[in-house]
Amino acid sequence: MGLDNPLGDNIITASLDGLVNWSRKSSIWPMTFGLACCAIEMMATGASHNDLDRFGIIFRASPRQSDCIIIAGTVTKKMLPVIKTVYEQMPEPKWVIAMGACACSGGIFDTYSVVQGIDEALPVDVYIPGCPPRPEALLFGLIKLQEKIMRERNSFGSTIGLGERYEPAA
Amino acid sequence: MADMAENNRAVVKLKERFAADIVDVKEFRGEVTVTVKKENIVEICTFLKTALTYNLLTDVTAVDYLGQEPRFLVVYNMYSIPNKDRLRVKAQVSESDCTIDTVSKVWSTADWLEREVFDLFGITFNNHPDLRRILMTEDWVGHPLRKDYPLQGPDREPYKGRLS
Repeated sequence: MGLDNPLGDNIITASLDGLVNWSRKSSIWPMTFGLACCAIEMMATGASHNDLDRFGIIFRASPRQSDCIIIAGTVTKKMLPVIKTVYEQMPEPKWVIAMGACACSGGIFDTYSVVQGIDEALPVDVYIPGCPPRPEALLFGLIKLQEKIMRERNSFGSTIGLGERYEPAA
Repeated sequence: MADMAENNRAVVKLKERFAADIVDVKEFRGEVTVTVKKENIVEICTFLKTALTYNLLTDVTAVDYLGQEPRFLVVYNMYSIPNKDRLRVKAQVSESDCTIDTVSKVWSTADWLEREVFDLFGITFNNHPDLRRILMTEDWVGHPLRKDYPLQGPDREPYKGRLS
């Protein structure tokens, strides 16, 4: 494989990674956390018409139970320490989705009080453009995140303390 | 139209009591604005609240006329619930002496409204009970609503249109 695989190059680790990845991508539990108008679209995506539950995506009210945070809205400099704290409270593995123009780049708020993109503070996995993105766009972004999780390697090994989680370049 | 403002009941009473303090009286589309010197602002506001029943202070804000003297006008918007009547009082504050007395003893709501003006314009309110920033973080440097504050913040290149 050309990759330093600490468990050895065999079929069992490969399928374990697949199993772990499959369970992770099928139970993405995002933090219940909204910042602005994007949060309304996020709630609409979670409601019955689009129904995030059918992907195993269930909003959790505690960062301790979450493995994904959707930055849904404008991040002000005053809010940034709060978001950082929530992110740090989430257990590994964890993923970040930047939802909407503001979370991606600051959007129309090119001012002193607004963080010009949440990637200045958190490692973003998926960027979703739009102002705000429609529920379909958020769903598409979440499916992209699922695909990304499925591509990860050594997911099982890193969990039991052997090496790092590794994601091949897309 | 100017006559209407001059005949306004509050303006007439104010002119009787505080003739030396009144700088300007204006009326525009039924809104009466009285510009005053800042020295007797507490006495003027107390008089407006007690004698003229402007018992609701709807907002305190400020305007930055950068390059003019006086640089700031502190704006008091008030409403008389018994008379269903509004009045706007503006007080002149210069940049060199950027202070004005607090009216939080007159209307309690002025406490937080004046904190906002202090936070965003850097105007100090004398004898204020708790003059801290209210919107920006405690460690913020500068006062963002001043006209000479860079819009993108002091740590970034200013916006230059499509060239930036």
